[in-house]
Amino acid sequence: MPATQTTAPPGPADKRISGDLIFRLVTTVFAFSILIILALMLAEMTSESLPAIRQFGRKFLTSSEWDAVQGNFGALPYLYGSVISSVLALALATPLSIGAAIFITEICPKKVGTWIAPLVELLAAIPSVIYGLWGVLVMAPWLQSTVQPFLIEHFGFLPFFQGAPYGVSMLAAVFILMIMVVPIITSITREVLLTVPLSQKEAAIALGATHWETIRMAVLPYGRSGILGAAILGLGRAVGETMAVTMVIGNSPQISLSLMSPAYTMPSVIANEFAEATSKLHSAALMEIGLILLLVTLVINALARLLIWSVTRSAGGGAA
Amino acid sequence: MMKSVFLRNAKNYLMTGLMLTATLAVLIPLGLIFFHIMKMGMSSVNLDFFTQIPKPTGETGGGMANGMLGSLMMIAMASLIGLPVGIFGAIYLAEFGGSKVSTAIRFAADVLSGTPSIITGMVAYTLLVVPMKGFSALAGSVALAMIMIPIVLRTTEEQLKLVPGSLREASLALGVPMWRTTLKVTLRSALSGVMTGVLLAIARVAGETAPLLFTALGNQFWGKDLTQPMAALPLQIFSFAIAPYEDWHRLAWAGALVLVVVMFGLSLTARYFGRTRTGE
Amino acid sequence: MFALRKSILTVAVLAALALAGNASAETLINGAGATFPYPLYSKWFAEYAKIDKSVKFNYQSIGSGGGIKQITAQTVDFGASDKFLSDEELKAAPGKLLHLPTVMGAVVVTYNVPGVGKGLKLSPETLAQIYEGKITSWSDPKLMHDNAGLKLPNKPIIVVHRSDGSGTTSIFTDYLTAVSPEWAKKVGKGTSVKWPVGLGGKGNEGVAGQIKTTPYTIGYVELAYAFENKLPYASLKNSAGSFVEPSIASTTAAARGAAKSMPADFRISLVNQPGKDAYPIVGFTWLLVYQDQKDKAKGKKLVDFLKWELHQGQKMADKLLYAPLPANVAKMVEKTVLSIR
Repeated sequence: MPATQTTAPPGPADKRISGDLIFRLVTTVFAFSILIILALMLAEMTSESLPAIRQFGRKFLTSSEWDAVQGNFGALPYLYGSVISSVLALALATPLSIGAAIFITEICPKKVGTWIAPLVELLAAIPSVIYGLWGVLVMAPWLQSTVQPFLIEHFGFLPFFQGAPYGVSMLAAVFILMIMVVPIITSITREVLLTVPLSQKEAAIALGATHWETIRMAVLPYGRSGILGAAILGLGRAVGETMAVTMVIGNSPQISLSLMSPAYTMPSVIANEFAEATSKLHSAALMEIGLILLLVTLVINALARLLIWSVTRSAGGGAA
Repeated sequence: MMKSVFLRNAKNYLMTGLMLTATLAVLIPLGLIFFHIMKMGMSSVNLDFFTQIPKPTGETGGGMANGMLGSLMMIAMASLIGLPVGIFGAIYLAEFGGSKVSTAIRFAADVLSGTPSIITGMVAYTLLVVPMKGFSALAGSVALAMIMIPIVLRTTEEQLKLVPGSLREASLALGVPMWRTTLKVTLRSALSGVMTGVLLAIARVAGETAPLLFTALGNQFWGKDLTQPMAALPLQIFSFAIAPYEDWHRLAWAGALVLVVVMFGLSLTARYFGRTRTGE
Repeated sequence: MFALRKSILTVAVLAALALAGNASAETLINGAGATFPYPLYSKWFAEYAKIDKSVKFNYQSIGSGGGIKQITAQTVDFGASDKFLSDEELKAAPGKLLHLPTVMGAVVVTYNVPGVGKGLKLSPETLAQIYEGKITSWSDPKLMHDNAGLKLPNKPIIVVHRSDGSGTTSIFTDYLTAVSPEWAKKVGKGTSVKWPVGLGGKGNEGVAGQIKTTPYTIGYVELAYAFENKLPYASLKNSAGSFVEPSIASTTAAARGAAKSMPADFRISLVNQPGKDAYPIVGFTWLLVYQDQKDKAKGKKLVDFLKWELHQGQKMADKLLYAPLPANVAKMVEKTVLSIR
């Protein structure tokens, strides 16, 4: 990989400078537009949610009252729904994705790997509305007729599997989110694993390690923070996922331990209510939920990027 | 390494088996989704789907032609806004930016591309729909452009960085001004890579639904006017999927098939461009 | 690179031309709101597009709450709602907003219980208690009592309600508030209320879709949605004590009394009306239009359409299971329509 640093001092001719100056100005403005967009988002969301922030203060996060008739708004059910659905989805998706990524890069024949990897990446590009379509027309009816009755019958003594089989439910949301984040985590983990230097593996193999021992001792520790970053990036995607979840979660703002019952998430309530919130306070409350969502995803993504950068950067640096 | 070889080998096979299982567990649901889209979509898609607009509720037939046209127009408009900003912004990062500022922008772009797209819709609603007093395809395009910019910026920058410095220096030494060097030499030699990024960004926004909910709104007729509400394929799939009409479900599956085919087409083309680049 | 730039420029110019040339022959009038009358409106607008080719009415069914919000924010040319605006909401609007009733519809209680076809009977107390979460099984004695002839299974009741701000919800909760003091105290009425139980579907379409795909559900939708999807609907005990099936006749019967006492701004609730044949959950659905139209050309097109709707349009209503306006009400509405400038 060639070095990228280019320092180009502007030439002495006047014409050249003016052309370069304009060019430089335009590119600078456009580059900074990213920061402007980010700032604009934060500013706009904050100012629009001020009425709700003033009215409810910290209670907004702890109250589970969401009552447009009385003008009382608390975001707890949505926070709860978002946290539970994405954390559970991630807990299921991460081991699967890491396993699959290791299998693709380290275990299976190279030819098969180069065939599966792009396939998984293609699947990461399927729009969420299509996952939702499948979720609501195929998966939810299947859950209601088969999976949920089974869980309720055999594991109904646990609070997580009590209630009626609704089909659309927290369980459906967890499953659809899992299916959606798996391709993302898998492909990033795979990229991270590819940066592991061959020398690391060769050293382990030379010591007589088995295939799995090589992976456990030489490959995984090296890519650990990158893999963690991939998982957190998946979390960010799951938290912000709107359409597919809205279509299968049942849209009911209740806090229930049971995965069988319908729930609600932050992006779903925005999708359902934002265009029609009639009172100022209702709009502001939705804006505040949006603001929370924005801040949470900013933090999650920042964390994930730092972790992934730390691996891919140092690997790139090491190779050069 | 005092454990017996037998135990170590057994563990090796066990873990290999587990990872194979994980791979299958990843691929099976995705395969199922793909299978259903193919099966339901193939049996639903017909000529009407590409030429007709939706029928009033309860009447059978009709298509999603207006949604496809609307999606095309909004993607074109979004590209018009988003691509120059993304590409020129990337030039700044690759050619001019001081390292601290560039890192900050790079980081912001990565973070921005991870924010939920529904937030973009909310912001576009307050910034454009309310002041302009009307839902419009334009507001939808701006929301989509906001999603495109960080993607294009990052991929373009990566590609520009791959261009050898000697190429630039040669051009500069010939007395070509910096801006022409960048456009005619640097950008051109990275063009296929840049195209990959552009296509991926288009593929990403082509399926976006959430940012259009409060901006483009939808339209059951042909929409030709960017200042008016406009139909979009993903929006139609969403509203038809949750409706109770069998015939609308049929159209939603057909729409999903078309969208997936377009998506895969874009991704494969992008991959092709990417490959020619690395093949150089 | 220059070729690329040139093509970008060309596209930009074309786009600018498209923007500038939008005031061409065809007028687009945008509306949004209630899902309750959407089957009828989509029919009307499709038919009207054939009659007056110079105008297209784009109607998006986003819910009554959305209709009220968007017409108040002036992001649409007309709103639609099955809940009339409160005085405060009217004050919040930037101009004088007219309520124009278009048709009447019945909100039906629909269900999906395998083994039980048509003919479920519900008393108001039972219905309220199901929605309060107090009656949770299809074989509850209270349900059995009214339905001696049906084999109700011992399965949990899955309650479905609207997730969006809805005029259908407003009519339904208005009814529950009228018949159950406890509901009135604990929940109240409105376009979106704090539901004690159940799962939410988006729009009448969403609720009907949910019920159709999920066994053991109960929910409320506009009559046309239940009918078109071949979903069964319950007979309700009205204030006169008789069980009445929702139909155009029983909807019209409910309006008979109210039509006499029609206020000048048409803001009136029709639930739980007296009369032996009156179905108890009935409501008007309104178009919301500013009396002063900013765009006079659009305003004129809108008035033309409204006049058409009050005559020819009304005749299409009963086929789609909406009750046409009583003749005297239609006359009053036409007078108001003519006041739009």
